[in-house]
Amino acid sequence: MVGDVEHAFSYRDPSVVARRARLKLACNLVSLALAAALIHWLQRNLGDYPLRILNLAAINVILAVSLNLIYGFTGMFSLGHAGFMAMGAYVAALLTLPQATKDVIFLMAPLAWPFNVLSAPPLVAVIAGGLVAGVAAFLIGLPVLRLRGDYLGIATLGFAEIIRVVANNIPSVTNGALGLKGIPGFANNLWWTWGWAAFTVWFISRLVSSAHGKAFLAIREDEVAAEIMGVRVTYHKTVSFVTGAVFAGIGGALLGSLTSTIDPKTFGFMLTFNILIIVVAGGLGSITGSIVTALLYTVLLEALRPIEAGWRLGPLVVPEIPGLRMVVFSLVLLVIILFYQRGLFGGREFSWDWLVNRLERRARATTRGETPSALRARQPEPYRPSTRADTRDKSMSHGMGQAASGQGGTNDDRDALTDEAGRDASGQQSKLT
Amino acid sequence: MAATDVLRLDHVTMRFGGLVAVSDCNLALTRGELVGLIGPNGAGKTTVFNVITGVYRPTQGHVFFEGRDITGMRPDLVCALGIARTFQNIRLMKSLSVVDNVLIGHRCHLRSSLAAAVLRLPGYVREENLLYEESLRLLDDLGLLRYKDAPAGSLPYGEQRRVEIARALATRPRLLLLDEPAAGMNPNESQALVRFIRDVLARFDLTILLIEHDMSVIMEVCDRIMVLDHGETIAEGTSAEIQANPRVIEAYLGVGYKHAGNY
Repeated sequence: MVGDVEHAFSYRDPSVVARRARLKLACNLVSLALAAALIHWLQRNLGDYPLRILNLAAINVILAVSLNLIYGFTGMFSLGHAGFMAMGAYVAALLTLPQATKDVIFLMAPLAWPFNVLSAPPLVAVIAGGLVAGVAAFLIGLPVLRLRGDYLGIATLGFAEIIRVVANNIPSVTNGALGLKGIPGFANNLWWTWGWAAFTVWFISRLVSSAHGKAFLAIREDEVAAEIMGVRVTYHKTVSFVTGAVFAGIGGALLGSLTSTIDPKTFGFMLTFNILIIVVAGGLGSITGSIVTALLYTVLLEALRPIEAGWRLGPLVVPEIPGLRMVVFSLVLLVIILFYQRGLFGGREFSWDWLVNRLERRARATTRGETPSALRARQPEPYRPSTRADTRDKSMSHGMGQAASGQGGTNDDRDALTDEAGRDASGQQSKLT
Repeated sequence: MAATDVLRLDHVTMRFGGLVAVSDCNLALTRGELVGLIGPNGAGKTTVFNVITGVYRPTQGHVFFEGRDITGMRPDLVCALGIARTFQNIRLMKSLSVVDNVLIGHRCHLRSSLAAAVLRLPGYVREENLLYEESLRLLDDLGLLRYKDAPAGSLPYGEQRRVEIARALATRPRLLLLDEPAAGMNPNESQALVRFIRDVLARFDLTILLIEHDMSVIMEVCDRIMVLDHGETIAEGTSAEIQANPRVIEAYLGVGYKHAGNY
C-alpha cells in the first residue's frame, strides 16, 4: 500500500539546491559586472544618436516587461499603458522642470498649485510618476478588473483616451496641446535607463517566478479554477495591474526626459500598440522575450531608415519612399507571427540551468572518474509528452512507493535529487546489467 | 442535526431565472464517508458542487461546513476552510507544469506576503522550499512524480484527472468534491480510478462527495448514494437500495439495469 512508504529523505538535496543557487548567483553577478562595464564603455564612446537609441530601447524594455506582467502573465488584456505612461511623464516632468522654464512655457494658463511650487530631484520625480500611475491604476482597476478579455481591453483603452483628452484640456497643469518643453534630460544616460530597466526586470521576474507569484499564472490559465484552488483573484489581479502601471509610469517619466518634450499626442493609442507588438512578438509570459524583442524592435526601426532614402541595386533603382521601413518592418512581424505563433520565446525564459548543469556534471564526472555521457545514460528517463507509451498502467499499479527514486529525476533538477535517490537508481541499474 | 456533520445542505434551492436547477436539496455527510451523487444530465449535480464551493450563492437555503455557515462565501475562502474539488471538464492550468499545478494548490497555505516573495526573505524561501518539497511528495505518493516537469495539458487524459485530484489534495482539504472523475475512461482506467479513490480516502483524512455516471464506480466505492432528478432528491440509500428503487430505475438507471460489473 502506498501509505506505508516512509519519506525519510527529501526530494531535493538542500545542499545541492543551495550550491546551484550559489552558482546561479555567481553567474548573475558576473554578467551584471560585464553589463556594467559595457554600459560604462558605451556611455563614453558612443555618439549621441546611438546612445539615444539604446536609451529608448531600455525604456521599451521597461514598458514591454510591465505590460507582459499584466497581459502575458496575468492574462488581463490591457490597452491602457499609454495612459499610465502619460501620468508618469507629466508628473515627473512637472517636478523636474526648472522654475524659469515653467514661467516661460505656460502661455495659456498659469501653472496650478502644487506644481508651481513643487520640484524634486530626478530620482524622486521618476518614482513619484510611477506611484501616481499606480494610484490611478488602483482606482480604475476597482471597477474595470471585473471585466475579462476584449471587454477589459476596450475599457482600459477608454481610460487611456480619457487621460489623453483630459491632458489636452487642463492647460493649467499640462499646458494643453502645447505640451511641456525643455524637460531636463537626465534620462539621456545609459546608467539611468538601463538601471531602471534592470530594476524592472529584477522586480517583475522575482514576482512571477515565486511560488506566491504562481497565482498570476493560475489566473491567466483559468480564473474560475484558480479561485476555487484558493487564489485571491481580485487581490492578485489588482497587484498585477498596479505593479504594471507603476513601471509604465516610470517608463513614461524616463521617456519624457529622454525626448525633452511631451504633449498629449505622444500618448496616443499607437504607443500602447507598439508595446503590445513587442510583448506579443517576444512571447506572452516571457520576460526574456520582451527584453530581446524590445531591443530588436527599437534598433531595427532605426536601422531600416536607410532604405527610405532611395538606393540602387545594380539596375534596380528604388526612389526615396518615406514610410518604406514600416512596410519592411510589418513584413518582418508577419514572418515572426507566421513562424513563431507564440512569439519568439513562447513563454520560455533564459536561465543559467544549462551552464550550471554542465559545470556540475563535469565536476561530478571528474570526481567519480566517469565521462559525462556515461553518467547521463544512468539517469532515469523523465516523461516526454510525445512518447505516449503505455506508462499509464505501470503507474496505476500503485507500486509507486519504492519507485520514488526511479521516477525521480528530470531536466534541470536532475542533479538536485538526493544522492540517496540517485544511488538507488544506479544500484538497480547496475544490478540489471 | 449533529455537529459532527462535515457538510450539511439545508433546503438548498438554486434558480436561474425560471429554471430550477436544484430544488430543496438536503444532504448531510459524516466524517470519512464517501457519498455518491447520481442522476441524469441536467439534474443539478454540478450545480450542487458550485453552490458548496461558493461559485453560486443559493437562492434559498444554507450550506454548513463543519457547523459553520458558508452560504455564498467567496470560493477562495471556502478553499481555505478545507473544501477542494475537481471539475467535470478538466480544468488544469494546461500550459503550466504538473508540479506548478500542485504548487498552486499548496500556495493557499503560504503565510508570507508577496513583498517577502519578491525580496526572497529567508523566511519566505524556507516556506517555499517546504511547499515545493511537499508538492513533490504528494506527486510521488500519487505516482505522478515522473510527470512533474511536463506541461499538464500534455498528459494522457486519465493522468490529467489524477493530477487534478492531486491539485485538489494539495489544498489539504477535509472535504473533497469529485465531479465525474471517470468520465471518458475505459473500464480498466475506471477500475484503476476506483483503487485510486479508495487509496486517497484511506491515506488522507477525508470525506468525499462523488458525482459519477459510471455505475460500476459508484456502486463499488460509495457508502451511500443520493439520486437527483430535475433538481429534486428522489432517493437516498445504499447501493442495493438504490438499485431496487423503482423511481431511480425509471428516472436514471433504466429498466433491466443490474450491476454485474461487466458494465
